[in-house]
Amino acid sequence: MAHGNWTHAMPDDPLGSVAYVNARLLDPATGLDAMGGVLTEGEKIVAVGPNITREGASLADTIVDCRGQCLAPGLIDIRVQIREPGEEHKGTLESEGRAATAGGVTTYVCLPNTTPVIAEVSEVEFVARRARLLGLSKVYPYGAVTKDLKGVEIAEIGTLAGAGAVAFTDGEKAIADAQVMRRALSYASTFGLLIVQHPEEPGLAAGGVMNEGEIATRLGLPGLPSAAETILVERDLRLLALTGGRLHFAHVSCAEALDAIRKAKAAGLRVTCDTAPPYFALNETSVGDYRTFAKLSPPLRGERDREAVVAALADGTIDVIASDHAPQDEDSKRLPFAQAANGGVGLETLLSVSLELYHNGHLPLLEVVGKLTRAPSELMNLPAGKLSPGEAADIVIFDPDRAWKVDADQLASKSKNSPFDGRPVQGMVIRTVIDGRTVYAVEN
Amino acid sequence: MADPPVTAAFPHRHLLGIEGLSPDEITILLDASDAYVELNRQAEKKRDALRGRTVINLFFESSTRTRTSFELAGKRLSADVINMSVGTSSVNKGESLIDTAMTLNAMHPDVLVVRHGESGAVTLLSEKVNCAVINAGDGSHEHPTQALLDALTIRRRLGRLEGLTIAICGDVLHSRVARSNLLLLTTMGARVRVIGPRTLLPADVERYGVEVFHDMKAGLEGCDIVMMLRLQMERMQGNFIPSIREYFQFFGLDYDKLAAAKEDALIMHPGPSNRGVEIDSEVADDFSRSVIREQVEMGVAVRMACLDLLGRNTEELGSRNL
Repeated sequence: MAHGNWTHAMPDDPLGSVAYVNARLLDPATGLDAMGGVLTEGEKIVAVGPNITREGASLADTIVDCRGQCLAPGLIDIRVQIREPGEEHKGTLESEGRAATAGGVTTYVCLPNTTPVIAEVSEVEFVARRARLLGLSKVYPYGAVTKDLKGVEIAEIGTLAGAGAVAFTDGEKAIADAQVMRRALSYASTFGLLIVQHPEEPGLAAGGVMNEGEIATRLGLPGLPSAAETILVERDLRLLALTGGRLHFAHVSCAEALDAIRKAKAAGLRVTCDTAPPYFALNETSVGDYRTFAKLSPPLRGERDREAVVAALADGTIDVIASDHAPQDEDSKRLPFAQAANGGVGLETLLSVSLELYHNGHLPLLEVVGKLTRAPSELMNLPAGKLSPGEAADIVIFDPDRAWKVDADQLASKSKNSPFDGRPVQGMVIRTVIDGRTVYAVEN
Repeated sequence: MADPPVTAAFPHRHLLGIEGLSPDEITILLDASDAYVELNRQAEKKRDALRGRTVINLFFESSTRTRTSFELAGKRLSADVINMSVGTSSVNKGESLIDTAMTLNAMHPDVLVVRHGESGAVTLLSEKVNCAVINAGDGSHEHPTQALLDALTIRRRLGRLEGLTIAICGDVLHSRVARSNLLLLTTMGARVRVIGPRTLLPADVERYGVEVFHDMKAGLEGCDIVMMLRLQMERMQGNFIPSIREYFQFFGLDYDKLAAAKEDALIMHPGPSNRGVEIDSEVADDFSRSVIREQVEMGVAVRMACLDLLGRNTEELGSRNL
């Protein structure tokens, strides 16, 4: 939500030293939760701790008074769709980069489902180069697991990893064929690479447009049972046991799938998962009278499933929170429900909605921030997510209590399809710093 | 006969479904319909209620019966009636829906009667126009005038709805008629049963407050009304039943299964019926039991009442801004 302004911070801008003082420091990587400050020199963090104060850092070129607000590593969002190249009318690296910085996200990983698909070295390099030139959030691409996301032949994942792809997924498509999935897991494990699955059994999901149950029945809409998710999770866990390797499930949304993952983790399988804010903050009733902004993939589930997602975040079964940012233009959403596109924008509401977990007493503040920084960094081995000397000066400063109301029309994202439109939230991004440069700030 | 008596006002701008209507509101519509039944049986059927008003029948899905019924209803009330059939074959079905709505809205119609193949499409359209909208069937969601005409048929035959045992049989999953009837009949205090194979009953259908059966004879036991549904092959994505032959064997209405119901139980069908699929020809044509033709007659009266009552509400809108 754009309450502030963006600065075009470019790589050539001269950078001195900046002291961020009078902050509540939150660094899940070290367990730090204390008052203090951060000193940056150029693009790097040089000191962190209680002795970075207005007096102690008086030699810094600039002093930023955080007024007791929270200072954390910039957020890392591992599931973002950009639409560039191919569908720039829905979103571009620039427009979604602005959305990201307004949401405190300094690093994100984008899905390969662009046109063309990110399945070639040139496309991996295109995304990385474009993002670097914009000087907004840092962008890492996923590579496709299968050629053209068709689910048939494995893409050149070793080469793509060398070019910079941090993990592999077929995006919004499940790798449906068990043999292809087995080989993908097996082959990826050769290089120690991570496969990210969209867990939905396509045959069972076919035709379904919202969660199966009483509400779908009353609206006369074809239902999509949560069993479609559970079946694919359970199948893939067996394939993982067969092959070894590393597997991550994206946007897990239902109780039974989470139970299966919980058991697999206990049994020692190298499996992780994430969920997105809609799955712990909303349920199927949000569809209401055919609200297409609430049409997501997977669909919003029942209240029992939502509660299970919250519980799995609290007990650590769910490792990461990702926005699942999916821009769709008005023409794709202003349609009868079954014909409307899936997905919602989420970069700008990621932190605020996640903070509900803290405000409602489900998770400590440091753990909520950890699922948005430390956990995704470790999962994808990204050079981000820590407040330590020598790290890139990627920082978010936020007020955990400041209230605002989501207004889709005011979003920075090019597309306005937020499932949280109209929702009162608590917690606002005040300043976003990337490589030592303030790229977004709210005037205090 | 004088003009139908001025009944109580209907407190809604649109008629998008039965959902949300109170028993009193349903009764207002049925009482007004009753008066129009008598009018329609006279030689002189024309009334002035909608003189100067424009009714547009906007059908995105093919229909003969419902469209004709609405057209007659509008003309008998002296409205200017225009029929528009919009093909749904174009790629951007939804876009043409909104575009068409905005275009028609600019022509100041008073009532739009809309049918569309997608659930929720009529609700979406109603948000974009200034006039009254009547849902003439949207996807598998609702078909309120059908439920009203069914209720009117039953009420005129048996004098009430409350306390009757009514079975709705067959393809409930794909049926908007079934959903509107479930809502209307349970709201009015009838005891409703649904009967069908599990593949053709929607998830959690018992949450409507109905009893669920998978055996025709067990479900029809003691019923006052047997309401058959059309097997909607055109809406089926994939294989819900193995064959027509097997479907008829277990769920088609014939005299053998009908014997389980009350001796004088009435048979209803929203039409057009698939003879030999969900209903035996002999049963459908049995004048002592089947009220299928009466349903069609009630349809015109119900639509006259709906147009009349919603048309009265548009009077108060004054000059409508676009």
